Amino acid sequence: MSEKVFTNCTNAGPISVYVRDGKVVRIRPLVADEKDFKPWTINAGAKSYTPPKKFNLSPYVHAERQRLYSEDRIKYPMIREDFDPNGNRNQKNRGKSPYKRISWDEALDVVAGEIKRVKETYGGPAITGMTSSHHNWGVVGYKMGPLYRFLNMLEYTPVFDNPDSWEGWHWGATHTYGFYWRLGMPEQYDLLEDALQNSEMIVYWSNDPDSTRGTYTGQDSTIWRRWLKEKGVQMVFIDPFHNYTAATMEGKWIPIRMGSGTAMAMAIAHVWITEDTYDKAYIENKSIGFEDFRKHIMGDDGQPKTPEWAEHECGVKARVIRALAREWASKRTVLSAGARGGEGGACREAYGTEWARMMVLLQAMQGLGKPGVSIWGTTMGAPSNTDIWFPGYADPDGRMGTSRAADKQIHNPTEQRLYRLTLPDAILNPPIDWRGEGFCGQSLEQQCTDFVYPMEGYPEVKLFYRYGGSFMGTMSDTNKWVRMYQSPKLEFVVNQDCWWNSETGFADVILPACTSLEREDVGEWGAAGGYTVHASSGCNYRIIVRQQKCIEPLWESKSDYDILALIADRLGMGEEFTENKTDLDWAKAFFDLSDLPKYITWEEFNEKGYYIANLPEDYKSTPSLRWWYEGRECDTPDLGNPKRKTGKANELGTLSGKIEFVSQSLSEWFPDDEERPVMPKYIPSWEGHRSELFKKYPLQLVSPHPRFSFHTHYDKHTSWLDEIPIHRIIKDRYAWWPVRIHPSDAETRGIKNSDIVRLYNDRGSVLCIAVLTERIKPGIIHSYASSAKYDPLEKGKPGSTDRGGCVNLLTSSRMLSKNAPGMTPNSCLIEIEKWEG
Amino acid sequence: MAKYGMVIDVNKCNGCHNCFLSCRDEYAGNDYLPYSAAQPLHGQYWMQIGEKERGSYPKVKVSYIPLPCLHCGDAPCIAASPNGAVQRRSDGIVLIDPEKALGKKEIVNTCPHRVIFWNEEKNIPQKCTFCAHLLDEGYKEPRCAEACPTGALTFGDLDDPESEVVKVLNTNKTEELQQAYGLKPKVVYIGLPKRFIAGEVVFGNHQGECAEGVKVTLIHDSESKTIETDNYGDFEFEGLTANSSYTIRVEHEGYDSKEMTVQTRLDMNLGEIVLQEEA
Repeated sequence: MSEKVFTNCTNAGPISVYVRDGKVVRIRPLVADEKDFKPWTINAGAKSYTPPKKFNLSPYVHAERQRLYSEDRIKYPMIREDFDPNGNRNQKNRGKSPYKRISWDEALDVVAGEIKRVKETYGGPAITGMTSSHHNWGVVGYKMGPLYRFLNMLEYTPVFDNPDSWEGWHWGATHTYGFYWRLGMPEQYDLLEDALQNSEMIVYWSNDPDSTRGTYTGQDSTIWRRWLKEKGVQMVFIDPFHNYTAATMEGKWIPIRMGSGTAMAMAIAHVWITEDTYDKAYIENKSIGFEDFRKHIMGDDGQPKTPEWAEHECGVKARVIRALAREWASKRTVLSAGARGGEGGACREAYGTEWARMMVLLQAMQGLGKPGVSIWGTTMGAPSNTDIWFPGYADPDGRMGTSRAADKQIHNPTEQRLYRLTLPDAILNPPIDWRGEGFCGQSLEQQCTDFVYPMEGYPEVKLFYRYGGSFMGTMSDTNKWVRMYQSPKLEFVVNQDCWWNSETGFADVILPACTSLEREDVGEWGAAGGYTVHASSGCNYRIIVRQQKCIEPLWESKSDYDILALIADRLGMGEEFTENKTDLDWAKAFFDLSDLPKYITWEEFNEKGYYIANLPEDYKSTPSLRWWYEGRECDTPDLGNPKRKTGKANELGTLSGKIEFVSQSLSEWFPDDEERPVMPKYIPSWEGHRSELFKKYPLQLVSPHPRFSFHTHYDKHTSWLDEIPIHRIIKDRYAWWPVRIHPSDAETRGIKNSDIVRLYNDRGSVLCIAVLTERIKPGIIHSYASSAKYDPLEKGKPGSTDRGGCVNLLTSSRMLSKNAPGMTPNSCLIEIEKWEG
Repeated sequence: MAKYGMVIDVNKCNGCHNCFLSCRDEYAGNDYLPYSAAQPLHGQYWMQIGEKERGSYPKVKVSYIPLPCLHCGDAPCIAASPNGAVQRRSDGIVLIDPEKALGKKEIVNTCPHRVIFWNEEKNIPQKCTFCAHLLDEGYKEPRCAEACPTGALTFGDLDDPESEVVKVLNTNKTEELQQAYGLKPKVVYIGLPKRFIAGEVVFGNHQGECAEGVKVTLIHDSESKTIETDNYGDFEFEGLTANSSYTIRVEHEGYDSKEMTVQTRLDMNLGEIVLQEEA
């Protein structure tokens, strides 16, 4: 029996893959030579802190073997039975009709033929395409890689992503403190050390780091929070749900009503102003507009923003707000308002910009940047080697289409754009318009660029090249995706993926891709690059992994790169696409482009499978924003900061270079916007406890990012997770999605634990399994977003009740506000009833 | 020869289920004979995580209690298997022999902790082996402990004073799960949840401010303990005995005291305790 161990990497950690007789039999956290680890030590008080020599994976990675061999893998190319490219296309039957297996040649001929036909009939911009995120890892095969190289060659119409996990920070906080080059989240350098040495309290506001982790960095940070707790750092959790970090850290839980965080934040400011417990010198020297803000808080509109006022909005007792405000001001406090400092469900609701702006302003009032006073997610900011560069998937140099690893970069001349959140509207009801370039990481001004689809001189899109298919569970008001797919205007839909996902069954042709365990690649754990530069500081050790092909592609699947190369070949663009490189050649090209060859040869790296980039001997800590607090030039390695190493290096990224209580950028571009005013304002949610709809649908749904999957990934394809009752609960042989209800809300509706219940409103209807718990604020219903299972009772019918648990069928399409096109799934009113089947 | 054991620190466990999933990865579909036959794809939990929610809104606590086979020194499964279907190795690991245990469904019910599972297809009882096949290959710990990100699972040689497990045992108060069973388990626990009594004191005449620094006394038999409410007016007594009667007395200068009797059948959130000004 021959056994071979390969190295690979996932979206939540590096792994060793044991293969016996061509079959993966075991997957462990990557087993590295103990001598390769040189752990860092943080000294704080009488103690020193050093991480163990290991990689802490997210739970679902331990089920990677099952996902690899999942029955849900797309095994063969397929075509919809009633789709005839030369005859009746029956678009209205997408989502209903069954599929039949076809050969690769047939499938490739249809796909290449349709691309050719659409390109010749309407032009390249009539093709659009997009991927879901994060299903695999590695720069060669990642979502930004082969597909966009291919689509750019077709001169397709790109679809802007919306910053779905951190909307309010992107569209709001950037106008308060800059950091648009990080899409609104602050730098996180060395904040672990700072917190251990200087902080006395952490306020987790809409943040559950033990569930969402550092996005990609597995569970390496969980031990940091343990250290902080054992050190005696106070912990407070502001969240309608007693979340999993609160469960393990204990501390003070302050349950809050959805949509009202801005009111509570303003009341905290009121206490500080009234009691004179904010950093006046800081405000004086480092901010603009405070006097207007002070007047607003004190009630120049006739309503002082007192704790008593806030209590009516947020459901938190005034005395509790007061006590929190006082403790916050008296202690050196970390504000942990999302996994990357920012993020958090509170920024994904009506006017979420205002909450995110208030988060920044509160910390500014306490001297943001002062030792111990930070905006820190507690999931990044370990001591980390930033000298050694390796491309992340989001770096232009990490993408096959634009990287210098290619002999020739591919430029797409098409100027027309679509926007992910409104893609269905664009297909169904054009023209549509919106403001803002999706990820506005280049400038604040990008947020006021106007877009119209279809753009003058461009065709509407006719062909949708979909990679993956998570959106039924992750976008909002997702019944509209069903309507879009069934529109005759989409003449052809192809879906390429490893697993059968919620959108797969809406395609005309389905192409089976293989996973990153079945192809060659290279990637650094946790490193997104691009707008989240140095994200691997969420790992205790930086590790770049040679993602070795462990087994041959299963069934008839092929690597994405190979599939696209075969199509390109049929279009006469094969050589342009591949440059005659194999996926391994690309892996080596990315390696050669990086700094790694200075430290390890390709041969050794290829054979050994990894390189750990330990801390340099002369490592110097540069805590985030300390430079700002101390009036120095930026000394952090924040590569995207455009003022760094210029004459303005001691400024923030706002127009004034300071903290802006009154935003200059909003004053300049949106001076009359009442919904994202120049100064933050509390506006009750259009779909909250004060809205008319509340009479009909009196329960607020909160649907955070899930704990046991990465968005949709690993759900559904990994039935081991169905046996974790926090994730799914099996009843009558079906794995249901849990909905958490306070016993008092359940009782009035006659709902008992483990009942199947129907969540509904005018937009949709979803079946879940009831979990009665004291961990949720009465009046709020908790159910995670991102079910991968869309299982409508009436197949192919928009609006059908879904029993898979896609609660985003219920959420609203409405944006944060008229000029801030972010999604608002956490402003969602529903009713619940026992499902009698 | 090592004597293996494990300490499980419930206070550290964040309920991530890495242990359960890595165990499943090791055993589902994988035979390690003679140590163990393959686990079925579903339905067996050689490492299972119990979730315990205590208290009531908003004073609620959650504990996760990982439960492998406890490899008891006085194991009822061994006692009930005269043909050697279940045996203890010299390193203390209790193993079910997949061959000798064939058809012996009664072994499942010998374990009061319910950590033995019946494999319908293979007709054998199965359970956690402490990954004996890996330890014999030179692994330092079983898959569950390797995968644990919080340090909640410490595995090692109980006879080695330098081992991590002995250090943890020596520096913490540990206890057995269901000590009353008297089975001398090699897996012991830190922080098993007991009962708590908590509440929030409110000044009736001053509800806009939290009642900080109020004296709260817990009286049980002849013993009493006094603490002060924190800056939120909250108090909590943790680690109490279940099914007992406690008296809580709340006192503050200028206010009428309050006293109440509390039964710890469950964890008790007393809610708001409003103190009225002295007449």
